[in-house]
Amino acid sequence: MNQFTRILEGIGSSVLLFGRSVAYLPTLPRQFGRFIEQCYLIGYTTLPIVAILSFFIGSVLALQAGYSMENFGGKQFIGSLVGLSMARELGPMMAAILLAGRVGSAIAAELASMKVYQEVDALITMNIPPPRMLVMPRLAAVVVMMPVLAIIADLVGWFGGAIICSATDSIAIDPPSYFSTMRMFLKFKDVLNGLIKAEIFGLTVVLVCCNIGLNTRGGPREIGAAVTRAVVVSLILILVLDYFVTKLLTWM
Amino acid sequence: MPIAPNKASSNAFSAGNGGAVGIAIEDLSKRFGSSEVLKNVSFSVQPGEIFVLMGPSGSGKSVLLKHIVGLELPTSGRVTLDGFDAAAEETRKQVRMALVFQAGALFNSMSVYDNLALYPREHRMANEVGIRDKVMRALQILSLENAVQKFPAELSGGMKKRVAIARALVMEPQLMLYDEPTSELDPVMSATISEIIATLREQYHVTTMVVSHDRDLALNIADRVGILMAGKLVSLGPPSDLRHPADPRVADFLNPKIDLKNPRFKHLES
Ligand SMILES: Nc1ncnc2c1ncn2[C@@H]1O[C@H](COP(=O)(O)OP(=O)(O)O)[C@@H](O)[C@H]1O
Ligand SMILES: [Mg+2]
Repeated sequence: MNQFTRILEGIGSSVLLFGRSVAYLPTLPRQFGRFIEQCYLIGYTTLPIVAILSFFIGSVLALQAGYSMENFGGKQFIGSLVGLSMARELGPMMAAILLAGRVGSAIAAELASMKVYQEVDALITMNIPPPRMLVMPRLAAVVVMMPVLAIIADLVGWFGGAIICSATDSIAIDPPSYFSTMRMFLKFKDVLNGLIKAEIFGLTVVLVCCNIGLNTRGGPREIGAAVTRAVVVSLILILVLDYFVTKLLTWM
Repeated sequence: MPIAPNKASSNAFSAGNGGAVGIAIEDLSKRFGSSEVLKNVSFSVQPGEIFVLMGPSGSGKSVLLKHIVGLELPTSGRVTLDGFDAAAEETRKQVRMALVFQAGALFNSMSVYDNLALYPREHRMANEVGIRDKVMRALQILSLENAVQKFPAELSGGMKKRVAIARALVMEPQLMLYDEPTSELDPVMSATISEIIATLREQYHVTTMVVSHDRDLALNIADRVGILMAGKLVSLGPPSDLRHPADPRVADFLNPKIDLKNPRFKHLES
């Protein structure tokens, strides 16, 4: 019961924080420096690792597909399988998970520390609302950066698959035929589908991590607890939302 | 003494159009769960007055200050600033108030300069050149010119307190609240801070409320002194009252005798 009310409380306060922050969107031009700084942080911390891990995800996908499709002679469709899986599912998912680990944790730590050391209280007494200065620029930045991360994840994953397919003797599909089957089955709609997913995941992660950071109470010990909670809650939300968003998007 | 703003600029930090603000605390009570931290506290602070609130640790002084700036909401009773409800968010737009937090609450990720410049930048008080002038003057008043580019982690305790005061000053507040501005400081620095507080009131006529255990500060700069014990206001009057307090608890708080034959902690144990 207690756990249940805490979950409802978390949802409620996150939605409220989202509303308050979005209301400050008109101040974005004045806070352009903060916005660019957040874009840079998201890109700088997340891009390299998204690229590396997507390469391996694409490769593993190709290997597994080669292994399982051999049984019914569908090996030539590996390109379309890797293409669709990366675009619709794994690209956005990888980007979101790494965003939670690299950026979400850092946001939670920074805001929790500001809360614990009364910097947030100082902002409030200075009539500088924390949602305006601390949350809105981060939300705006993730909206801009998330599609970039997801597309890079897609591209690198596709190329990872292509390299493995031509380099593995048991599969032996050359890149031109790999990409031609991919082009046959992968539509722009699928990529767009993945980008919408990435936006939803990205906004959720940043919002939840900001909210958990700003609601930290107590002493310095709580900063670590807030970071852990922010990452765990983000990961759970990504996986749960993934089901519902996929369902919704296949409907439309 | 470091406080010597030149005559021409003596109005630089004066409270703008609004002027000094009065505080009225009416029957304020606050509970956290089952513990009652403030019990029916009532008093008022006149515009331009220096009011010093004393009391033992844990008696609820910081909680009281947080009610004045609207960071805590009363369980019952109310706090008004020139008639505006302190608990309402709108009040912060009507009344410019600055709270110097006990631990400074400086923005750790910003340099001293940016800590001071944040408020004028966010509220567009001036262009960058004007802001630079304001910030440098505030730093000069508190003799912090050498700390401009430093970060809070590189400052000593006394410097942090002075930066926090300078940051409050740049806001051109109508109401200045200090939470234990002289605790953890050496006696000379404590005296300096007391002088700064008094001079700021003299020059800029801001309403000032100081929470402190510092008897010298209270005796020298207060217009009136209130004493808070276990959430109740037990004494209120001019600082001269402190020399001969009527209440024995107040007397013991102000002039604790170190009695080795009959130590206090023995009483607590029994
Ligand atoms: N947010 C809070 N939640 C629960 N108890 C609190 C909170 N803030 C203060 N208290 C309690 O209120 C009492 C008064 O605290 P405080 O006003 O900080 O004392 P002081 O007079 O030393 O400044 C203390 O017992 C403290 O534990
Ligand atoms: Mg205190």
